[in-house]
Amino acid sequence: MASLSVPASGRGSLRRPSALTGFWSWFTTVDHKKIGIMYGVAAFAFFIVGGLEALLIRAQLAQPDGTLLNADEYNQIFTMHGITMIFLFVMPMSAAFFNYMIPLMVGARDVAFPRLNAYSFWVFALGGLFLYSSFFLGGAPNGGWFGYAPNSTTDPSIGMTFYALGLLITGIASTAGAVNLAVTVVNMRAPGMTLFRMPPFVWMGLVVQFLLVFALPIITVALFQLLFDRRWDTAFFDPTRGGQPILWQHLFWLFGHPEVYILILPAFGIISEVLPVFSRKPLFGYQFVIFSGIAIGFIGFGVWAHHMFAAGLGPVANTAFGVSTAIIAIPTGVKIFNWMGTMHGGDIKFASPMLYSVGAVMMFVIGGLSGVTHAIVPSDYQQTDTYYIVAHLHYVIFGGAVFGIFSGLYYWWPKVYGRKLNETWGKVQFWILIIGFNLAFGPMHILGLQGMIRREYTYPETLGLTFWNQMSTVGAFLIATSVAMFLVNVARTQMKPRGEVVEDPWDARTLEWMTTSPPPVHNFDEIPTVHALDEFWHRKYVEDERSGRLVPAQAGAAGAGPGEGDADGHGGGHSIHLPSPSYWPLVSGLGLPIMAYGVLYSWWLIGAGALVVLIGFYGWAIEPSVAEE
Amino acid sequence: MRKKALWTLGLVAVGLLLAACAPNAGQDTLKPVGDVAKQQKALFVPVFWVAVAVFVIVQGGILLIALRYRHRKGSDRMPKQTHGNTRLEIGWTIAPAVVLAVVTVPTISLLWDLARPPNDDALNITVEGYQWWWGFVYPDDDLVTDWDAPITIADTLVVPTGREIYLSLESKGGAAKDANGDPDFQVIHSFWVPELFGKQDVMPGQTNHILFSIDTPGTYTGQCAEFCGLQHALMKLEVVALAPADWEAWVANQKSEAPSPTDPLAQRGQDLFLNPLSNGSGSCTACHAVGAAPGAAAAPNLTHFADPTHTCFAGCNWPTTDREALARWLDNPDAAKLGAKMPDYGLEPDEIEAIMAYLYSLT
Repeated sequence: MASLSVPASGRGSLRRPSALTGFWSWFTTVDHKKIGIMYGVAAFAFFIVGGLEALLIRAQLAQPDGTLLNADEYNQIFTMHGITMIFLFVMPMSAAFFNYMIPLMVGARDVAFPRLNAYSFWVFALGGLFLYSSFFLGGAPNGGWFGYAPNSTTDPSIGMTFYALGLLITGIASTAGAVNLAVTVVNMRAPGMTLFRMPPFVWMGLVVQFLLVFALPIITVALFQLLFDRRWDTAFFDPTRGGQPILWQHLFWLFGHPEVYILILPAFGIISEVLPVFSRKPLFGYQFVIFSGIAIGFIGFGVWAHHMFAAGLGPVANTAFGVSTAIIAIPTGVKIFNWMGTMHGGDIKFASPMLYSVGAVMMFVIGGLSGVTHAIVPSDYQQTDTYYIVAHLHYVIFGGAVFGIFSGLYYWWPKVYGRKLNETWGKVQFWILIIGFNLAFGPMHILGLQGMIRREYTYPETLGLTFWNQMSTVGAFLIATSVAMFLVNVARTQMKPRGEVVEDPWDARTLEWMTTSPPPVHNFDEIPTVHALDEFWHRKYVEDERSGRLVPAQAGAAGAGPGEGDADGHGGGHSIHLPSPSYWPLVSGLGLPIMAYGVLYSWWLIGAGALVVLIGFYGWAIEPSVAEE
Repeated sequence: MRKKALWTLGLVAVGLLLAACAPNAGQDTLKPVGDVAKQQKALFVPVFWVAVAVFVIVQGGILLIALRYRHRKGSDRMPKQTHGNTRLEIGWTIAPAVVLAVVTVPTISLLWDLARPPNDDALNITVEGYQWWWGFVYPDDDLVTDWDAPITIADTLVVPTGREIYLSLESKGGAAKDANGDPDFQVIHSFWVPELFGKQDVMPGQTNHILFSIDTPGTYTGQCAEFCGLQHALMKLEVVALAPADWEAWVANQKSEAPSPTDPLAQRGQDLFLNPLSNGSGSCTACHAVGAAPGAAAAPNLTHFADPTHTCFAGCNWPTTDREALARWLDNPDAAKLGAKMPDYGLEPDEIEAIMAYLYSLT
């Protein structure tokens, strides 16, 4: 490591790293773009692992009385599948997009706290590895991602202790990241970018960061109680010793439902960027879309007990939460209609990003409609905890969020790497994905109504569930094929010799396309001044007052395209001071899993981990953010 | 050509749907028999059709727009830059609100109706959820056995038709131990018999209720619906609904003990069952009770194990008549059902045979 770092600052005992390229630079980088890429790579790796777990689940359930996995193995696999997809894939994947794109889209040079950003990433990645180490240390979490106490507190395996500790660690990562990105959006926008000139993706990002900041403390409390019940024999959830199991459910779902919107709103943001670009029209009812996103964020905190309709809260609570659940469908529906309005009358090009976005809207509609049926409380007594719910949640989170993520990947790939992913592969991959997805999850509606419960490792032939389970398994393997195609597409694209850089391949509308692809370390040679929503679009086209039609802007009118500002004396940004690389985020992050292993094995290890955290924070605190030259 | 392909696809889809309606689907929420399940279906179906209508309008709209406004090769059309339409947007905010308000009315009405208190003549039954089997206790005064205990059964819930039944759901556990010495725990279960009623959670430290009735005699299957640990999948039950006359006969039989076995093999089994085992590993009565003989309530009450209404055993995982399954279960419960809270007492094959003969004598 030292061989790559050049002596920089004399302060502190370690020499400060300064390499901006090369393998080791990834460990010390504070550049939001590199961190964004690392988030994306790590999240996608976890997506593959979580997907393999899903294939094991589907292989086990492909026929009645399956014997591929036993009860113990199955319970670990389905629990880790849920934890992985939610906490280690969709959340960090959203963080990847936010990290990379938000500074570019608001015209900033980096996030507000670059080292904190690196810290968030390392804590997330280490937390994920910590969770997965449980497979080799006595058993993975086995009580479901929802970890209902007292089953989670009493289970004899060590798994749920890993669950509590692992989620506490990743929660720290998400909280730090959320504060960072929220401050970035609030404080670091380019001149002229008022809140209502922010791209919808940035708006949804802001809402998500606030949801995280308010929701994560709630599950943190619950996880500490769970940890103390398991490790130090407290009795928060043990009714035989004065505890109360329902407490866990309230805390978990008060976090857990906003969490659903934490997962889906980033995709809504991506869709709201992609649909206008490929329809060549502005987002229909921009303010309606933004306000409905904010409304979803608020109401999202008031519907948690619809996960608990059968828990015996009584008819008053069930009525109230049934009604609030119906209400949250309204702002969600508004978004769908506005997206339709955006496409209506457009000149729609079905490039890959657009296919995935339209697919996401259509699949999410199905998930939304089945969601409304949950608000029908007495009928939900039948459907809750069945495969009907499994179908619903996958239409929302896979159909909505994952399709949205693929849309974002295809859309912004040329921004990040200066080259497009192969379009033909992208389109074929889309069709396989949407067929596989519907084949995998569509039949689960029927299975649930036929009485197939969730989280069961086997079912008897007599219930007549075999056929649709088989179809679902076929669908799951089609999804896997599609994801494998994506990886091949990425490999093919990245291995091709670097051809001509595509600067604005989609005729885009927002600031991130006004710099080179990939962007320079300092993002913009000159920070653009923003005059309108869809600033870049308005620099390219002028709206004809009378016809409402667009005509290309006169060259040199309000500035033009990429490379603008090259000649303004900043000389390619050489005089711009950016935060310097640092070891300390990684060091302070490393202390957390050490402390967590300490909770499992030894007080001494807790002390050692805490020491690492303290040393890391101390070094971080006395290190200036920009190295002296 | 395209039309023909669509028709073929549609026919295939209908065919698949029909194939899905297997004859023996015993947990189908769409084939309700009990009054509660019927009401729940009656609420679900119209909402489902409303959802279908919305589905067709929205998805059809998206597809139409996608086709109608798709980019055509060579065209260089710049679309009109519409930014929004406030009136339209307010309209499509209010429209779903109205639809939702309409479906909420019957929802709330049924929700409160299902939570009503039982009639005075309702039959009370306490449902006990253990890891991983169901026990049923009949606490009513007229259902006391000859040995002054309430009628207590496991795995199959026996109820009369034509009478309101009030279930009190309780989570139990803590006394039985598995092969590793781990006890069963009081955890959350959920009681569910899809064709009779939707689920209610069985919460430790809290008693939830289900009020239902059924008019058709028959056997209905159900299972625990809330993840409750290792063998959640194998925590099942059957409900046997008896016509009033059969119910009276069943009650009379349950109130008295099964006749003492006369067959020598069964007598040996009784001896093995009721006394500590000679290999010193323990005794069956440490967890099981049979009739008036001293025994614990940590595991299924076996007083009338071989009664025809006791259709299944060990979490309703095997039919009671399956002798081989019972032999395997007695030989090594952990191998038959991983993690089962019945210890392996190291019974010899001849002991297993004797105990089985005894159990099958308990009619």
